[in-house]
Amino acid sequence: MIPSAFTYERVHTVDEALASLAANPEAKLIAGGHSLLPLMKMRLAAPAALVDIQAIRNLHGVREVDGQVVIGALTTHAEISAHPVVRSLLPALAEAAAQIGDLQVRNRGTIGGNLAHADPSSDLPAVALAYNATLRGLSPAGEFALPADGFFLGPLTTAMPEGAVLTEIAFDVPPAGTQSVYQKVPHPASGYAVVGVAAVIGTDENGCFNYVRIGVTGAGDVAYRAVAAEAALMGQPPTDEAIQAAAGHAAEDGVMGEDLYASADYRAHLVQVHTARAIRRALP
Amino acid sequence: MGDLRSSVQVPVTVLVNGRSYTVDVEPRLLLVHLLRDVLGLTGTHIGCDTSQCGACTVLVDGKAVKSCTMLAVQADGCSVTTIEGIGSVENLHPVQEGFWEKHGLQCGFCTPGVIMAAADLLRQHPNPTDEEIREGLEGVICRCTGYQNIVRAVRYAAERMQSADGEVEVAATAGLDRGEGSQGGATS
Ligand SMILES: Cc1cc2nc3c(=O)[nH]c(=O)nc-3n(C[C@H](O)[C@H](O)[C@H](O)COP(=O)(O)OP(=O)(O)OC[C@H]3O[C@@H](n4cnc5c(N)ncnc54)[C@H](O)[C@@H]3O)c2cc1C
Ligand code: FES
Ligand code: FES
Repeated sequence: MIPSAFTYERVHTVDEALASLAANPEAKLIAGGHSLLPLMKMRLAAPAALVDIQAIRNLHGVREVDGQVVIGALTTHAEISAHPVVRSLLPALAEAAAQIGDLQVRNRGTIGGNLAHADPSSDLPAVALAYNATLRGLSPAGEFALPADGFFLGPLTTAMPEGAVLTEIAFDVPPAGTQSVYQKVPHPASGYAVVGVAAVIGTDENGCFNYVRIGVTGAGDVAYRAVAAEAALMGQPPTDEAIQAAAGHAAEDGVMGEDLYASADYRAHLVQVHTARAIRRALP
Repeated sequence: MGDLRSSVQVPVTVLVNGRSYTVDVEPRLLLVHLLRDVLGLTGTHIGCDTSQCGACTVLVDGKAVKSCTMLAVQADGCSVTTIEGIGSVENLHPVQEGFWEKHGLQCGFCTPGVIMAAADLLRQHPNPTDEEIREGLEGVICRCTGYQNIVRAVRYAAERMQSADGEVEVAATAGLDRGEGSQGGATS
């Protein structure tokens, strides 16, 4: 189908993007367009103007700074999943990015668009939560830096200020000795996450859990941190019983969604099973 | 309200199959419609409204994209390769040759998109496993073949390209030992 008419502008700097958004409250940014254009083709979205940010060069790429991996908002899923720094320091991000949609989608879709769009079935919100990512950008009021924990407020709703541009996402490199994984149940038709669990897990010299962060996506109307499961696992020995018991709490912090494919009970069950699998996979 | 909006045309310059075109388009024109309706390159197909079937796949700056999910204006300044440009009847691309040799198509509707996706898949994984071929082709839907022969066709192309010692674009020349058993042996 064909989108409603709109005006189009290609900008080359973040300041130009901010100015265009300020000048037209009905304007929307377009990055890879792989969430926005499908909505516009279905006429579920009809922005009066599109501000194309793809040509802002300094929003592309991955760099390592002071114990963080900083990823430009326009870096594509394909670039992220293939990047050696991401693969070695943020393996769960590489793993999640490689499972997004398909080869063509990964060539166009960007990390910034994925997080800013906050689709409840997107993969990357779970990873951003598990790695304690910070989302940085510029708004008319100046710079902002928002922790992933608290960024995702509801379906397609984030804490980002109005008229803002997300510029980069800073991931804390997890402490040495931790392992991180992403575990996904894709929807058989759409490929989006029915449930996705990202876990960063560390154990002490006795093998007991001393670092646990778990992000869950797909299950509810918004991605969440499985705080109850994290607390239940901390200090426990890496036995099957301890893992099962902790994973049993993984659905408690989210409000499970329901659709034709998966009931709320089934989603809660998937969250528990895949949290346990993620933890087991992350054991040394 | 939408219909009252400005439909002012903007100029777009794209290099398609090596030839440069500058045309005025509405910003909402999709790349696939530019290719098919404006430039007359109807080899690129449209199979869905939901960005899922991949029949519209083309290469933009060498990477496979769904041209139904990209605006023509987003392609301004880009190089686009369609099925019409990836090979010719006298000089098939190795993937095209693979589809011929391994009977990788039936009705052929999905085939242009599958071939373009496979070309990018082989760029990323020059020597893919069957698993990697299947994963790489997740973004294309074929309603006829059951995919078995598509996987064989892509594997054939990979072997063909390997044995051509990286000379990817020249691997398939007319009349070249087609179907003969040499593929794959050269490098192993
Ligand atoms: C067939 C298909 C399958 C898919 N499967 C998956 C999947 O399995 N998992 C998954 O996670 N995703 C999936 N996606 C979505 C894909 O990952 C999108 O690319 C991504 O969610 C959005 O990124 P984008 O760059 O395309 O954003 P766009 O579509 O360009 O933008 C999305 C929204 O974010 C805003 N935005 C974009 N960039 C910025 C920025 N820098 N600052 C502020 N706002 C911004 C835009 O204004 C818009 O509202 C799929 C998409 C398709 C078409
Ligand atoms: S026409 Fe189906 S994905 Fe483009
Ligand atoms: S050959 Fe008919 S759809 Fe693929």
